[in-house]
Amino acid sequence: MTNFIYKHRFLILRRIVQVGLMLLYIGANVWGWKFLQGNLSTSLLLESVPLSDPYAVLQMFVAGAIVSTNLIIGALIITLFYLVLGGRVFCAWVCPVNMITDAAAYVRRKLQLDSVSKKQPASRTIRYWVLGLSLVLSYVLAIGAFEFISPIAITHRAIIFGMGLGWAMMLIIFLFDLLVLRNGWCGHICPLGGLYAIIGKVGLIRVAHDESKCTVCMKCKVVCPEMHVLHMVGKSSEQVLLGECTNCGRCIEVCDDDALNFSIRKLAKERGNETNN
Amino acid sequence: MGTTRREFILSTTRAIGLATLGGLVWGAYVDEVTANKLMLRPPAALDEADFLRQCIKCGLCVEACPFDTLQLARAGSNKPLGTPYFEPRDVPCYMCPEIPCVPVCPTGALDITKVSTNNELDINKAQMGVAVVDAKNCVAFWGIQCDACYRACPLLDKAIYLEYSKNERTGKHAFLKPIVDSDFCTGCGLCERACVTQKAAIFVLPREVALGKVGDHYIKGWDSSDDKRVKNAQATTTQTEISKESAIDSLNDTEVLLDD
Ligand code: SF4
Ligand code: SF4
Ligand code: SF4
Ligand code: SF4
Ligand code: SF4
Repeated sequence: MTNFIYKHRFLILRRIVQVGLMLLYIGANVWGWKFLQGNLSTSLLLESVPLSDPYAVLQMFVAGAIVSTNLIIGALIITLFYLVLGGRVFCAWVCPVNMITDAAAYVRRKLQLDSVSKKQPASRTIRYWVLGLSLVLSYVLAIGAFEFISPIAITHRAIIFGMGLGWAMMLIIFLFDLLVLRNGWCGHICPLGGLYAIIGKVGLIRVAHDESKCTVCMKCKVVCPEMHVLHMVGKSSEQVLLGECTNCGRCIEVCDDDALNFSIRKLAKERGNETNN
Repeated sequence: MGTTRREFILSTTRAIGLATLGGLVWGAYVDEVTANKLMLRPPAALDEADFLRQCIKCGLCVEACPFDTLQLARAGSNKPLGTPYFEPRDVPCYMCPEIPCVPVCPTGALDITKVSTNNELDINKAQMGVAVVDAKNCVAFWGIQCDACYRACPLLDKAIYLEYSKNERTGKHAFLKPIVDSDFCTGCGLCERACVTQKAAIFVLPREVALGKVGDHYIKGWDSSDDKRVKNAQATTTQTEISKESAIDSLNDTEVLLDD
């Protein structure tokens, strides 16, 4: 049992954070709690600090909306927060869709669907195209284009403000990830994940690989939702520097040889020295 | 080198093609869901197009409303997703004097100046919609006594008043017909909520939907303040073959008649 907990320590923590945040939002709507009001588009922390989704604000800006000071401050706080943390912490620790896509990936592994369709038919850069496209559309339609189709917002609102057909959206994402494309939504298409990959490129928290301990079992790559970021596994001791890493910590947990761990990004100078050597 | 370059151009072209296709479908969908003209918005909401652009769908207004009047449009409801609205037949707006739903809006989609007079909140200035009476199905217009909507109105005798007239059918009764004055009606929907008919015979519609517009061609000559309404009027004169000369010349021109 303790071993199970140890082997899932980050997963359990992440679920606690994800569900806990959701409970705070639900509490605000249903029981009038004043801790965290609103939703992931924009929230009010302790009735004073605004927090805003930088992507939604960016779309509003492109659409020609008058962006209020509240929103600018809120979006800056969130951007800075994830910029400093690094990686797509939002995706693995906050976003409700992550639980759906993780579940799909889990079932996929259990049913060994990946051994059937090994080759991934789609590129992981689609999300940046979708991101660009959403901004073009926001400009052309003069309205935040992704916000009217966002499965993230739909799921999130369905949980806090009432379901409607929101469950259908969750089911579609689950089935898409399960049957059509591995890590399909979060790993290929989601433009919000794409934006956070860009924001998280320079941040501090980095998974580090120790090649000397690695037995090349590849358990980490099997469980990683963005396996290309682990390109160094078994080859060289490096930090995972691609912004697409969600800092979920799954690779660390499944590694039986302690070859992966969270670390703080090495300062640029040290890294420069390393490459010089 | 040549083939990789060709591959690159090919894959880029394909990506652009797919993006264009996706963009068209996506754009068409967004156009479609935002085209619903029948949404009743919270007090102090901007005009619909500005509102849709400005509102970030945070639901803070929804949470602030003590009566659970406001909702965020859910998936599958055929309404602009996630935007706040209300349905008065279910829960009307009770026109709270402190208007808790408005100052919490972080985006300016709800504009507090629209419900303020001299920096004091004034919910009576709200323009969420306007009530419309279906005279065929309102029982008061049949001659049956009912003033449910009139009694329910927070702006009684201003937003709704009763018009008395003689019921010629019975010869001894009166009609007490509810009439809405759109200058005062806030669109709160308390009347719609109160209406006794199976489906409300008085109901709130967005102002753009329910109200006409006179334009610049007519003016109340007996009301000097009406001048202001047409102060930006511009004269445009269309010229046709006949009107290019003065009207009198045109009438006196016999040549056209003698031509053939
Ligand atoms: S990729 Fe998108 S949907 Fe997936 S976890 Fe990140 S933000 Fe959420
Ligand atoms: S590299 Fe590790 S922490 Fe990063 S996404 Fe993959 S499994 Fe998660
Ligand atoms: S004025 Fe009061 S009842 Fe009406 S929507 Fe706002 S908070 Fe709700
Ligand atoms: S508080 Fe303002 S931005 Fe938030 S949902 Fe209401 S109208 Fe939209
Ligand atoms: S909607 Fe009905 S109740 Fe409300 S102000 Fe107008 S007439 Fe009165």
